[in-house]
Amino acid sequence: MRTNSEHLTADLVAGNGLLHRRALLGRGLAFAGAVGTGAGFATGAAAEPLREPDWSLVPGDAMPPYQVPSAFEKSVVRLIDNPNSQPVISHARTPHHLLNGIITPNGLHFNVNHGGVPAVDPSQHKLLIHGLVTRPLVFTVDALLRYPMVSRINFLECGGNSASLFSNEPVQATVQQIHGFVSCSDWAGVPLAVLLEEAGVDPKATWFVAEGADAPHLTRSVPLSKAFDDAIVALYQNGERLMPGNGYPMRLFLPGWEGNMNTKYLRRIRLTDAPAMTYHEAHTYTDPLPNGKSFQFYFIQEVKSFISSPSPAMGPKAPGYVEISGVAYSGTGRIAKVMVSADGGASWGEAALQEPALPKAFTRFRMPWRWNGGPAVLQSRAWDEAGNVQPTRAEFIALRGQTKSPATWPQFPSHHFNAVASWAVDSKGEVRNVYA
Amino acid sequence: MFTRELDTGVITLAAVLLAAAPAGADGPNLGQPISQADLAPWDLTVMPDGTGLPPGGGTPAQGKTLFADNCALCHGDDGKGGIVEPVVVNNPPPLNGPGSVKSIGNFWPAATTLFDFIRRAMPFTEPRSLTDDQVYALTAYLLYMNKVISEADAIDATSLPRVKMPNRDNFFPEFPKLTPQRP
Repeated sequence: MRTNSEHLTADLVAGNGLLHRRALLGRGLAFAGAVGTGAGFATGAAAEPLREPDWSLVPGDAMPPYQVPSAFEKSVVRLIDNPNSQPVISHARTPHHLLNGIITPNGLHFNVNHGGVPAVDPSQHKLLIHGLVTRPLVFTVDALLRYPMVSRINFLECGGNSASLFSNEPVQATVQQIHGFVSCSDWAGVPLAVLLEEAGVDPKATWFVAEGADAPHLTRSVPLSKAFDDAIVALYQNGERLMPGNGYPMRLFLPGWEGNMNTKYLRRIRLTDAPAMTYHEAHTYTDPLPNGKSFQFYFIQEVKSFISSPSPAMGPKAPGYVEISGVAYSGTGRIAKVMVSADGGASWGEAALQEPALPKAFTRFRMPWRWNGGPAVLQSRAWDEAGNVQPTRAEFIALRGQTKSPATWPQFPSHHFNAVASWAVDSKGEVRNVYA
Repeated sequence: MFTRELDTGVITLAAVLLAAAPAGADGPNLGQPISQADLAPWDLTVMPDGTGLPPGGGTPAQGKTLFADNCALCHGDDGKGGIVEPVVVNNPPPLNGPGSVKSIGNFWPAATTLFDFIRRAMPFTEPRSLTDDQVYALTAYLLYMNKVISEADAIDATSLPRVKMPNRDNFFPEFPKLTPQRP
């Protein structure tokens, strides 16, 4: 029979204390024993004597019709940058460091609103389909609710997520500030193809232009092929009707594609034979490269991962066992593999992928780590089923470039950043964003 | 970048369309027909070839006054930037990677984007409040201030789609197989 220390040695898979993922499945008990007896990481202090807490001695509160999280969870909120509704764009970022699993609670889903959150009355809202169709049609919300629906668990990511990592110097910011523009939900709605077929698609149509009922009448051009692939008119989000900030009463949902194209408050679809070159595709989400050219029509949110824990302000509290965890996702399909490094990319161990690993959805990855209390640089790198690999930052900026002077975390020097990100852990357990 | 494209392009679409005939025969068919005249008030899309532009027109001089009254509060005097990014920028194309200040004259590929966006979205606090002539005038003013047209140029449904934007040749699609081109 092997000793605990032999288990520990056998379970190391990469440098600086990364353990084999089987340590997540019970073999970690051997490690825990080793810590208590040999490595000296555990405090060893005895627990307090147990007693009945006050809340166990009286009946609790009445149940509210719509429950909200415990009052003790009041710090688990989105990061809001325009609380007084100034006449500028508004952002709300998801607190990934405080969440687990793959589903983002509806109240914590990220929002980017370009003209406030409209109060759309579903009894008056309409969806018009016109342009290169046989007969233009208007659908009410009640009518769409009678259509056969599909539901899928898909991530949604703003083209500006992680944009501060284009800075030539690493910004000092949290995972929420850097990576908070991506969330994952169960979206249910009517396949767009069904509605287009009822209107009759002119063979000349190759694009459609979607438009919202918000104040900016936000509008984007989408290749028509996406409508006949997996696009839906979404009406439900995680089982309930869409949140106002996410497009109530209906939005376009394009699995795996840039968030801004998923037009909220969807009121109009015009079939065309060309893109309209709307403001957000002509300006905002088109990315200048160092060679003077620019990437246009950057539809797919490419394979990506980031570590949500440990992360800045959420560092390991004591040496010993730490679970490194985060999310991986790809706009092209399923996540096939996530590798994790604790030594800045010098060595890598394969993370455990939590089932289900669904296409175009968050896949939660976990990696057991024995932190020795010394410096570490944590990274994750994802592969998808199509063989795409998340680029290193060096590979990424070689093509895409970086800023010439340091940016701050709320800035968007460019868009569509999917490279490997790095968290440095120091001997105090404090975590900061670095490039490695 | 680096992403392999799946073959979900035009060929797939054509196959689906052929298989789908007759259109919608078995669907719920709960859409209500509407005439072109009745849908026109919502048809805000302006295409780069000028499709969708309304009658009317305007000049840079007319736009200068309108800009000061309706736009400068956020975009700054003469569009040089205020609480939002500038709409008048003097660095010429091409741009130089992340952090470049993108604007109308140095970046946008199509002049029609100006009319489309101002008409649907501006002023921020009162969208759809400008007349079509006012939108044309603001379009003319911003093209002039960005050194794309001259002060004497009037902008209307005929002239706007003919405006050649300085940076128009500096774009390429990131996912060409997914991006339909004109035949």
